[in-house]
Amino acid sequence: MATPSTAAATTSWEGDIQLRKRGISPGRVALYIFLTIMALLWLFPMLWAVYNSLRDYGYTLEHGYVSFGGFTLENFPNAWRRGGFATSFGNSAIITIAAVAFTLAASSCMAFVLARVKFRFNFTLLAVFVAANLLPPQSLLIPVYRMFRSVQLPDWLSDSGSLLNTHAGVILINVAFQTGFCTFVLRNYMIGLPAAMYEAAQIDGASLWRQFYGITLPLIRPALAALATLQVAWIYNEFFWATVLLQSGDKMPVTSSLNNLKGTFFTDFNLLSAGSIIAALPVLVIFFVLQKQFVSGLTLGSDKG
Amino acid sequence: MSTAQPATKAGKVASASGGKAKQRHQRMNTQDRTTVILMAVIPTVLVLGLVWFPAISSVILSLTDWNGIGPLSDINFIGFKNYVDIFTIYPPFWPALQHNVMWLISLFLIFTPLGMLFAVLVDREIRASRFYQTSFYLPVVLAGALIGFIWQLLFSRDQGLINAVFGTTIDWYGNPEVNIYAAMIANGWRHTGYIMLLYLAGLKGVDPAIHEAAAIDGASQVQTFFLITFPVMRPTNIIVMVITFIDALRAFDLVWIINQGRNGLELIATLVTANVIGEASRIGFGSALAALMLLLSSFFIIIQLRIMVKGDD
Amino acid sequence: MSHLKPTKALPSFSRRSLMRGALAAGFATTGAGSLVACGGGGSSSGGGTVGGEVTLGVYQGDEVPRKAMQAMIDGYSHGSTVKINFVDHETFKNNINNYLQGNPDDTFTWFAGYRARFFAQNGLVSDLSDIWQNFEGMPESMKNASSTQDGKQILVPSTYYPWGVFYRPSVWQARGYTEPKSKAEWLALCEKMQADGIIPLAFANKGGWEAMGTFDMMNLRVNGYDFHVSLMAGEEAWDGEKVKNVFKTWSEFTPFEQPDANGRTWQEGAQSLLNEQAGMMTLGMFIGQQFETTQYADDLDFFIFPEFDPAIGADVVEAPVDGFMMAAKPKNEAGAKDLLTYLATPEAVNITLQYDPSVIAANSNADQASYSALQKKAVQVIGEAKNISQFLDRDTRPDFASTVVGPALQSFIQNPADIDNILTNVEQQKKSIFG
Repeated sequence: MATPSTAAATTSWEGDIQLRKRGISPGRVALYIFLTIMALLWLFPMLWAVYNSLRDYGYTLEHGYVSFGGFTLENFPNAWRRGGFATSFGNSAIITIAAVAFTLAASSCMAFVLARVKFRFNFTLLAVFVAANLLPPQSLLIPVYRMFRSVQLPDWLSDSGSLLNTHAGVILINVAFQTGFCTFVLRNYMIGLPAAMYEAAQIDGASLWRQFYGITLPLIRPALAALATLQVAWIYNEFFWATVLLQSGDKMPVTSSLNNLKGTFFTDFNLLSAGSIIAALPVLVIFFVLQKQFVSGLTLGSDKG
Repeated sequence: MSTAQPATKAGKVASASGGKAKQRHQRMNTQDRTTVILMAVIPTVLVLGLVWFPAISSVILSLTDWNGIGPLSDINFIGFKNYVDIFTIYPPFWPALQHNVMWLISLFLIFTPLGMLFAVLVDREIRASRFYQTSFYLPVVLAGALIGFIWQLLFSRDQGLINAVFGTTIDWYGNPEVNIYAAMIANGWRHTGYIMLLYLAGLKGVDPAIHEAAAIDGASQVQTFFLITFPVMRPTNIIVMVITFIDALRAFDLVWIINQGRNGLELIATLVTANVIGEASRIGFGSALAALMLLLSSFFIIIQLRIMVKGDD
Repeated sequence: MSHLKPTKALPSFSRRSLMRGALAAGFATTGAGSLVACGGGGSSSGGGTVGGEVTLGVYQGDEVPRKAMQAMIDGYSHGSTVKINFVDHETFKNNINNYLQGNPDDTFTWFAGYRARFFAQNGLVSDLSDIWQNFEGMPESMKNASSTQDGKQILVPSTYYPWGVFYRPSVWQARGYTEPKSKAEWLALCEKMQADGIIPLAFANKGGWEAMGTFDMMNLRVNGYDFHVSLMAGEEAWDGEKVKNVFKTWSEFTPFEQPDANGRTWQEGAQSLLNEQAGMMTLGMFIGQQFETTQYADDLDFFIFPEFDPAIGADVVEAPVDGFMMAAKPKNEAGAKDLLTYLATPEAVNITLQYDPSVIAANSNADQASYSALQKKAVQVIGEAKNISQFLDRDTRPDFASTVVGPALQSFIQNPADIDNILTNVEQQKKSIFG
């Protein structure tokens, strides 16, 4: 496989970029049509749910969901209040921010070691990290639960006297579970980075830490942004660990608020939709904030747009 | 023993042109050594302690009939009985295995390539790129509860939009012949978005100059992509391949929300879950299922990683 | 007007208890399954001082039950402050084993029947026999449903609801349908409805548990209560003639059932009842919650399964009981017991019933004046019953119910002709699980 070097990326090709700015060709039109159809296809299920979140359950019950009418905005304030989002948003913020930050920190360190340092257990360690993603968390529940229960914490740290029922416990397990995935992604991303910079740094006698901090971290920003976006979505929507390791309803994250909108038997699905849309908003905001990072080209010289 | 060395392919290329100096293995100084240890120890301890230790405990538990209650000393070992039961008298197991494979195929053949295509298309300078990206990514941010409801709205036999629009009475969720496909579509809807995201980041590693050069040479865009862009994205391709594999193997939440993975929607992870949660849980039996899953997948992962590491060197 | 006279209640319960005892001995690997004795070691034994804080774990996080629970606790003023921990239903149920072994609340909500006894066998809950002695108005049936196999009470029942065949009286009146008194009448009614272009039996089983109600009732009518109890205890062959007969009988109704039940939620099934596509539906009284959101809230009535076999009769009703239990080592035992004593009173349950009209009070002294017609009917129906069963997933090992019987019923619905194979497999798995 002939692989062109990416090292050439440091050169600027601004002149040639002008070539791209050509007129509207039939190919372009086809591209827009294709993308628009696909985007609508992707959006449609979501829009359909939004549509029904704006309707009264009694109305849709009598007339079916494929109908028009019964519009109300009530579902949104009701969902907010009944789900207890005011509390759960705070809990989710603590868990998600801490877990994502620690995960990215831990995995970029580990990925750097795996990508830049040759040592005997390099492959084994990589396998250990990648394969850690393979197990369904459910199968580890009982051992993890027992471990957490046996960790003694002073009362001022934890009212349960152990790691159970603490946000720290949930953060810890999420970090452990997501680190494998992120390490793998970042390690591979780092492998693809131009080595010329490291060589220059090594000649200048830069320490390994300096190389990590000064070269690698700025270069992996697109990958970090993409990962952060995914991680926020996953950890925020993660319901398993939070609900099994926490026992107090008032420590539970947003996913539990959504469950609070379901009854033992009966569920007002329109209300639940409204609640889910409320719940999705923070993640969308994060997506918009970080989107710039992985959309716009960075130091690699791809100064498009 | 440890040596610092540029381990990248690009590094190799650069070294070849830049002279022998860089290929010399440099001994790390004490400071670098400390750095390496500090950087590696915490993540490794976390993963070993909170993932692998429980995983190995699960393998041990798979040889017991423990129900998760009482002290560990009461655990009763029953040999391989759980495994024998799984293979002989547990009807959902073989269908589950088959469904996982179908899941894998659908992702590999349809949704992963689609995610890549979306990434490549929206990465070009087009108008409203952010709108397209957001549309494709949106399903990733949704909570499982909403995804379950969304697809119930579409797939429901009596109330669903699909049957209403096409005048059919297909029982999309209830008929075990078709519901796995319905679930695969719902899953693909979400999977595509995050594959797109990973490729969007990966494409940043590709120098646009390459495209320009190819364009000047008269290569069509499709040719450029397959001959140049795709091979250059090798690190991303491998990430995506492994992730697609993991995703297919661990597939769980969507099916769980639909009907807890029964009646045609059996997947190994849902079987594990169904057996370990709730009261009177069959921890031993569920652990045996999990252990099988671990065994099966480690095998593939090791092969994939071997290929990957060979390619890196 | 006590609707459940003690003399009527569950005469055969002791037999059932014996069977359960045998079952318990069979698989309790955790030793003797000793129930935690009250006041064992604690400084404040049975009659200790009441005060401090009592914690109460509640398996409902949605609004109405939450308000109901809060109101009920607000009515408690005996010295202790009560801290309620609301957790959504699924989460609470899925984690219950870990919860009870970890750091449970002093008291918590749970189900009667096997599911309560299971905790007692494993020493996860406390004996409440001492406070039970002082309860007034609790029918004998409730005491039995709250007791272990060796006769200790472990649960304080609060509310329950019957399973029956629900219909809209206005529709029935307009079309001249009447409640059937026998299987033949029921089948005739089904045919009449079908001829009228109505699906006779709305049917849903997407959750995998809904059809258990139909199975239970069929089994209770075909084989009777004693057989049902021992079948649930794992002592009867699932591939035997008696169980096959249940499915044979069920098959007579299959042509009248709404097709493709495995993809339908019970709410969608109830919807077809609402918009007159279907004539009746076998479900628990919680179906009323769906009707409440519409103008047809009061247009709901039900009958219990009629007699199928004169030798067996129709004197059993499925009526799951919900109540409260106390953790094995409550932090505030005296307070917890005092709270539980309050929760058993008619005053406490009266408050709950104001919020949830789809259940009835376990305590027969509760105020029935404010009952809806549906609730009154439920009281009457259960009062006439000789025995009450809980529900398949409450009457047997939950792992067996959810991982074996549930999927088997779905297979039957999908492919009724395959029932022999399905049952053979259920029997194999039963032997393995009950081991």
